[in-house]
Amino acid sequence: MADQKSELRLEPLLWMLFSAGGVVAAFLIPVHLFLWGLAFPLGWLKAPGYLSTMALLAHPLVRIYLFVLCSAPLFHAAHRFRYTLYDGLQIKHLNEVINFSCYGGAVLGTALAGYLLWTIP
Amino acid sequence: MKSSGSAPGYTLNHPRWYRTRVSTYWWLKQWVYLKFVLRELTSVFVAFFVVTTLLQLRALSHGPQAYENFQKWLQNPFVIALNVVSFLFVVYHSVTWLSLAPRAMAVRIRGKRVPDLLITGTNYAAWLVISAVVAWFLLGG
Amino acid sequence: MSEKITLEVARYSPERDAAPHLETFEVPFRKDWVVLDALNYIKDKTDGSLTYRWSCRMGICGSCGMMVNGEPKLTCATFLADYAPAPVRVEPLRNFPVVRDLVIAMTDFMHKLKEMKPWLIRKEEKPLSEGEYLQTPEQLDTFKQFSMCINCMLCYAACPVYGLDPLFAGPAAIALAQRYNLDSRDQGAKDRFPILSQHEGIWGCTFVGECTQVCPKHVDPAGAIQQYKLTAALDWFKSVLLPWGGK
Repeated sequence: MADQKSELRLEPLLWMLFSAGGVVAAFLIPVHLFLWGLAFPLGWLKAPGYLSTMALLAHPLVRIYLFVLCSAPLFHAAHRFRYTLYDGLQIKHLNEVINFSCYGGAVLGTALAGYLLWTIP
Repeated sequence: MKSSGSAPGYTLNHPRWYRTRVSTYWWLKQWVYLKFVLRELTSVFVAFFVVTTLLQLRALSHGPQAYENFQKWLQNPFVIALNVVSFLFVVYHSVTWLSLAPRAMAVRIRGKRVPDLLITGTNYAAWLVISAVVAWFLLGG
Repeated sequence: MSEKITLEVARYSPERDAAPHLETFEVPFRKDWVVLDALNYIKDKTDGSLTYRWSCRMGICGSCGMMVNGEPKLTCATFLADYAPAPVRVEPLRNFPVVRDLVIAMTDFMHKLKEMKPWLIRKEEKPLSEGEYLQTPEQLDTFKQFSMCINCMLCYAACPVYGLDPLFAGPAAIALAQRYNLDSRDQGAKDRFPILSQHEGIWGCTFVGECTQVCPKHVDPAGAIQQYKLTAALDWFKSVLLPWGGK
């Protein structure tokens, strides 16, 4: 099948994206989620206000950091979830749909992240 | 019985051999398999984190009021509960990832294989340092 | 001490049965007996029709792999004492078709091993006059672990991916391919690449890791597969970024 062959050519790249995303997610997401999702809302630590956050965002490096933080884990999650559906639910026949939805979602999220980080004043 | 060679890697079909059908719930039958599936499901919560981050960025781009609303949304008990669960799953991802990563790279120094435990320990140390640095930035250091 | 232990053994006769069923046997319990001893006792004294594979009884031939209480084990290396006094359930190796009782069909496995071209491939053979291919202990160390496989197929019984997709090459086959890829005397990595780089090759593996857990010889097939994924990915990058790089 032509689709299968082109996919196989991409498979090493997708695995590298999965690995890179996994590393980013492993090292960075816990602290971010802990602070923004638990510590700040529950008042354990003082949340940076609007102005402090915007000040941080003024640095282009911070924007690049956030872009990577958003994009890489999405590709990681897409790849992993695709295999979970493939193996866990044994729905091989929906292969093309699954692949398109998973990686398509990651591409969409990446585009959104890029757009947002580009256009924030 | 036909001998092997012609079939392309497929198990030959012999009418008298018994084949057990793999249950859809194969992953519930053993604790190790369940742990594996939970590890794979961390991907859902990783994606959820990115989605909330995107929402936060969108709120920031819409101004201080939108940002305030977003902070309030984060304080919603349902969202807090979701974040607690997410945090557990995301940490589970980190823990499993950091201890499995050394298996993919056979690191050798001067011909001798570096023990897995050493690489895992280094990973954990790096995780701690990186988290501390990020926290320092966000807490206004 | 006439202690006894119960064995629940899977029986399947293709002529008589539609599906395997468990049959209960009472076997003397001796502290130093392994499951294989119990099976031999049953065949010897109770039911001579019990069919199963075994050979060396010391964990090197790889013949006696079976499921013991739902886990893939070498029955010659699994002590009854670890399960007593509860009954011990012995079933044929999971994920393989059952031929009879505890015997499974290994044709698929043998086929997959062969597919990996498990022999030294050279672009050009050295003439005999030039002597043997030399190899340092460090070079041996890179692949030695993967050469310890005894083809017992416990890893296939443990691998859920193989259970779900019988086309999957499987842990032992890929570890074997890696054993040759990493061998300094071998020049055939490119020849093995097509079979490995399929979805039924390395990319089907989701690193469950159970194969490594059950391996009686500590081959670490999961590690072999992940290492090959990394190699394949790096090769892919090289071929994309440096298409003119002669290889």
